Amino acid sequence: MSAITRDEVAHLARLSRLALADEELDHFAAQLDQIVGAVARVAEVASADIPPSSHALPLTNVFRPDEVRPSLTPQQALSGAPAVQDDRFRVPRILGEEA
Amino acid sequence: MTDTLMPYDEALAQFEPVLGLETHVELGTVSKMFCGCPTAFGAPPNTHVCPVCLALPGSLPTANEMAIESTIRIGLALNCSIAGWCRFARKNYFYPDMPKNYQISQYDEPLCFDGYLDVEVDGRTVRIEIERVHLEEDTGKSTHVGGATGRIQGADYSIVDYNRAGIPLVEIVTKPIPGTDRLAPEVARAYATELREVMRSLGVSDVRMEEGSMRCDVNVSLMPRGATEWGTRTETKNVNSLRSVERSVRSEIERQAAILADGGRIVQETRHFHEDTGLTTSGRSKEEAQDYRYFPEPDLVPIEPDPEWVARLKAELPELPSVRRRRLQADWGVSDLDMAAMHNADAFVLVEATVAAGAPAADARKWWMGELARRANEAGTTLAALPITPAQIARVTELVASGALNDKLARQVLEGVLAGEGSPDDVVAARGLQIVNDDGELSAIIDQVIAANADAADKIRGGKIAAVGALVGGVMKASRGKADAGRARQLILDKLGVTE
Repeated sequence: MSAITRDEVAHLARLSRLALADEELDHFAAQLDQIVGAVARVAEVASADIPPSSHALPLTNVFRPDEVRPSLTPQQALSGAPAVQDDRFRVPRILGEEA
Repeated sequence: MTDTLMPYDEALAQFEPVLGLETHVELGTVSKMFCGCPTAFGAPPNTHVCPVCLALPGSLPTANEMAIESTIRIGLALNCSIAGWCRFARKNYFYPDMPKNYQISQYDEPLCFDGYLDVEVDGRTVRIEIERVHLEEDTGKSTHVGGATGRIQGADYSIVDYNRAGIPLVEIVTKPIPGTDRLAPEVARAYATELREVMRSLGVSDVRMEEGSMRCDVNVSLMPRGATEWGTRTETKNVNSLRSVERSVRSEIERQAAILADGGRIVQETRHFHEDTGLTTSGRSKEEAQDYRYFPEPDLVPIEPDPEWVARLKAELPELPSVRRRRLQADWGVSDLDMAAMHNADAFVLVEATVAAGAPAADARKWWMGELARRANEAGTTLAALPITPAQIARVTELVASGALNDKLARQVLEGVLAGEGSPDDVVAARGLQIVNDDGELSAIIDQVIAANADAADKIRGGKIAAVGALVGGVMKASRGKADAGRARQLILDKLGVTE
């Protein structure tokens, strides 16, 4: 039985702006379920004396001084942009589906 | 579509508001939060960007130490506890104002938490509890093109400038604020005003609301009088002046009250405030927190502030604005009422600067709260936005004190300075605004005025000294305000052979 529902996959797809067909929802629900299940195995070995870890290195407080470094030129910055207007990145309409 | 509003008094008779404020403050660091790009306002588009703040593959962020320090200082000034250990988090959302598709923020581990800020409203102190102060990065600036309104709704496409993306941004979140009752709009404004003063005193931000370096999101909900369960709230975004903070709370109370009284329900949503109408309109529906899929930022190691560092920062905090106000109130000998009036008019800092420039406190207050407040009001602007400086006001008070100007001439000097005619001395010279101190010139004017007002002159000779006022008025008029009224009165009485 799948713990990840079709609705959850559809919701995630919407948040990620992915257009999924109906049959893909079932397909990915099963796959995501397997992934979540595999990761959940970690919980089997976790115990109260092992703190959850988010970072591979035991470091804290890695800072940089507040100093200005050279920026890119607008030409460099925009060179990879699919569309440019007035030295700005041009993007498709933002609230298309909600407007 | 225009919303139905319920008149404010009626709304308050039926409902009690609960407020909440989220305030974003851009820190005044010279470089961005996670890269070395400059933060200066107003640069040409996409000139303050680099691989890190453009999220080019392979780039890695490093936290700006000054920004961490400033955030801790803000937390300490707001009486917060400082986290012993905390992490940045990724806030994932699909929106082109951040090129990474996430914003680096903090989630369940803010750098500062559980504080408060006391504000003065209507002669009483209201304690605003602070939930958290956390550090994140600002977003890029989108311009929406096409459509009728230039707004995001109906736009054909958008163009984005990432100069602002990555500027360190502190978010200060209050706990829900019940119990403000009909003063809710004033409390919201007083809180934003006080918070801005705290930021200024710390020197961590220029807090210019009109440039967006301080922005308020205002949460409002209503519950029926006597209820204990709070209603559904709305969040009005990016309210960009202190006056708008007040107006947005008021109009949102009026809007929600009309819906609730009609049996409707409030939709939890983001709303936009419109400066021109003072009203809010619906924005996008709010995402649930889980939709942001927050998780610890793997590219940045945790922050573990050294307790000694925090203790030193606390010891070195400057005098806070509320303390400074009490001290200056005592120095200046001003009543609570006058202090509150200055604070509400946002005149306190200006008066303080004018006094610092050498003016007596009473004179500084008189000009800012009188003539200049009137002018600002007429022009529909704020005192701080008037094109006149505290140093110029101080110079005017000096000219009055030295006898070179009287108050009437001083007002003309201020008018000239406000009209862009230069410094007070420039205006005095250009307009010929000097008190006539030459008795000869004054004497000639008085002779004319006595001749033209023979009846009044006779009454004065007959002992009706009160009638001298009319002649002094005539002299002031004839000299176009440049005569010294006291001197003129004395000379008139002398000429008429009357002693008091």
